[in-house]
Amino acid sequence: MKMIKKLMCSAVVSAMAAAGAAQAKGISDDEVRIGYLADMSGTYSALAGPGGLEAAKMAIEDFGGKVNGKKITIVSADDQNKPDIGANKVRQWIDVDNVDMVAGMVSSAVTIAVNKVVEAKDKISIVSGSASSAITNQYCTANSVHYVYDTYALAHGTGEAVVKEGGDSWFFLTADYAFGHAMEGDVTTVVKESGGKVVGGVRHPLSTNDFSSFILQAQASGAKIVGLANAGADTTNALKTAKEFGVVDAGQKLAGLLIFLTDVYSLGLETTQGLQLTTGFYWDRTDETRAWAKRYEERTGAKPTMVQAGVYSSVNHYLNAVKAAGTDETSAVMAQMKKTPINDFFATNGQIREDGRMIHDMYLAEVKKPSESKSDWDLYKILRTIPADKAFRPLSESKCKLVAGN
Amino acid sequence: MAELLGFPPQVLFGQLLIGLINGSFYALLSLGLAIIFGLLNIINFAHGAQYMLGAFVAWLGLNFLGVNYWVSLLLAPLVVAAIGIALEKTMLRRLYKEDHLYGLLLTFGLALIIEGSFIHFFGVSGQPYSVPQALTGGNNLGFMFLPTYRAWIIVASLIICFGTWYMIERTKLGSYLRAGTENPQLLQAFGINVPLLITLTYGYGVALAAFAGVLAAPIYSVSPVMGSNLLIVVFAVVVIGGMGSIMGAIVTGLLMGLIEGLTKVFYPEASTTVIFLVMIIVLLVRPAGLFGKEA
Repeated sequence: MKMIKKLMCSAVVSAMAAAGAAQAKGISDDEVRIGYLADMSGTYSALAGPGGLEAAKMAIEDFGGKVNGKKITIVSADDQNKPDIGANKVRQWIDVDNVDMVAGMVSSAVTIAVNKVVEAKDKISIVSGSASSAITNQYCTANSVHYVYDTYALAHGTGEAVVKEGGDSWFFLTADYAFGHAMEGDVTTVVKESGGKVVGGVRHPLSTNDFSSFILQAQASGAKIVGLANAGADTTNALKTAKEFGVVDAGQKLAGLLIFLTDVYSLGLETTQGLQLTTGFYWDRTDETRAWAKRYEERTGAKPTMVQAGVYSSVNHYLNAVKAAGTDETSAVMAQMKKTPINDFFATNGQIREDGRMIHDMYLAEVKKPSESKSDWDLYKILRTIPADKAFRPLSESKCKLVAGN
Repeated sequence: MAELLGFPPQVLFGQLLIGLINGSFYALLSLGLAIIFGLLNIINFAHGAQYMLGAFVAWLGLNFLGVNYWVSLLLAPLVVAAIGIALEKTMLRRLYKEDHLYGLLLTFGLALIIEGSFIHFFGVSGQPYSVPQALTGGNNLGFMFLPTYRAWIIVASLIICFGTWYMIERTKLGSYLRAGTENPQLLQAFGINVPLLITLTYGYGVALAAFAGVLAAPIYSVSPVMGSNLLIVVFAVVVIGGMGSIMGAIVTGLLMGLIEGLTKVFYPEASTTVIFLVMIIVLLVRPAGLFGKEA
């Protein structure tokens, strides 16, 4: 009897303690709020944009719309690829609307600006759209996760594969801004390390309408590989022009360094066939990816890019962490997210490192020939898997302030 | 191998030819703008959207009605011109006597509405449109590989440009048009239906934009923003050529294409700004433009 009384007491005490702790932490203002920031209408809106917002909503619905009994809400905004607009919006979200986590984020310049705000306000951002590897290197913060891919992974994935297959002399078509320069720099390093050389390049202004002049210069260079260190509409225009001027027929090969599924779809297989690229996700890879992509397509009319799939996975991972930690308080959620491996349709054993880089397997893909494609979105064949520990910049090379020894 | 300005002649010739091709687009678009401004006194900011509409009509026709490229080349300008004429009849007409600014604001607003609704329905990523079978392939000219379709662009736009110039400057119909801008009341007194003349002129200017749009569809992606990317450059071309000057628009269009082409060899970073640099210089030296009449 005494024994039971003692047990009862301790149970009551521990229950009270648990309740107290939950009250101290808990869910701030009884709601978990997610802000989805992206280019919603411009150059990059097809690869993330409204589709990514739909993916985030799917993640919330699949979670039941509630975490630990508290409602999950989402707000979204168009950053127009402008850092000042993005940063101001996020500041307002956090100060006025009590947003706990920012998802999406496309242009690298916007992301770097937003991450500074998120760090200063001690909230969380999970970046799915941006490319620059600097986000988890010199610009890393304890409040941000870079989820899907980066320039280092793209350069190593595509660059190494191409040089291995004999593409040892390169000519770059580079978008003349931070991302293009970073991409070109990363690939140049890889090409040189693998025994190739760079014979020249052109830096073209962002959003160039006509690439024929640059393609002509690439042809005159005699390089075996024409590397496209650009993105979005610039890449699709360059590919189209290269096709027209018979670059591939004349014996040169193209290497697209940042190609999204929607780019290939928009250009058609006739123009893009044989192109090698690195991607963090392809819808037609496993039963799980197909099942999710089917649900996504029913809602949006298109198959997901790696960014849109990444938005779903990252929101889901965040909500799981909030649930497990029992709070939406930043450091607890970040710790929970970092210690839990990510296993879903998007990633197998994905892991968020101390610098915020989410490492997971990447895939080297080749665009199918029109004769190999069985449906509208049957666009890639996966050549090989680049294991997570090889795909991303090793911590030993990191300049991030959060990495031990730096 | 002798070199010109530090570049092998092959590279230079190739770039000049490319410049000429791009210049053809500038010429075609600035011609339409110049006609509309010259005869209607309207600064048609919807020109880029009408160019985009031309490309989209061709794309929609091909994908939903099976209308091929050659038919589209005729049909799309007619369809877009009809839309243009409807706009002129219902809205633009009321603004001829007002300041230029009102026409500019109206057409700019229309352009935003048209582009916005196309972005809503089609997205911005661009739709593919393939080069017609008869114009695929190309020829090796020794100094460069010239795709047949690009050669066709030069030929088609030069025919249209000089045909238009001839019609306005050398035919009776053209003389009515010119008289209509000088003194509409007097021309009306001769029994000419001036309002109809103006409506048709606007339709023709719009048709030129749509024609350029169809020409562009196979080489650039058909996208709602394709026109706004080009429009500012085309306006600069019109200003350099002299507002309202027909020949000025054509010659300046080709010339700016060449200058842009050369810039892409010597200093590619400046290739999108060089035209505006030329514009500033021309405005400083000849404020009425290269071919414009001094006020």
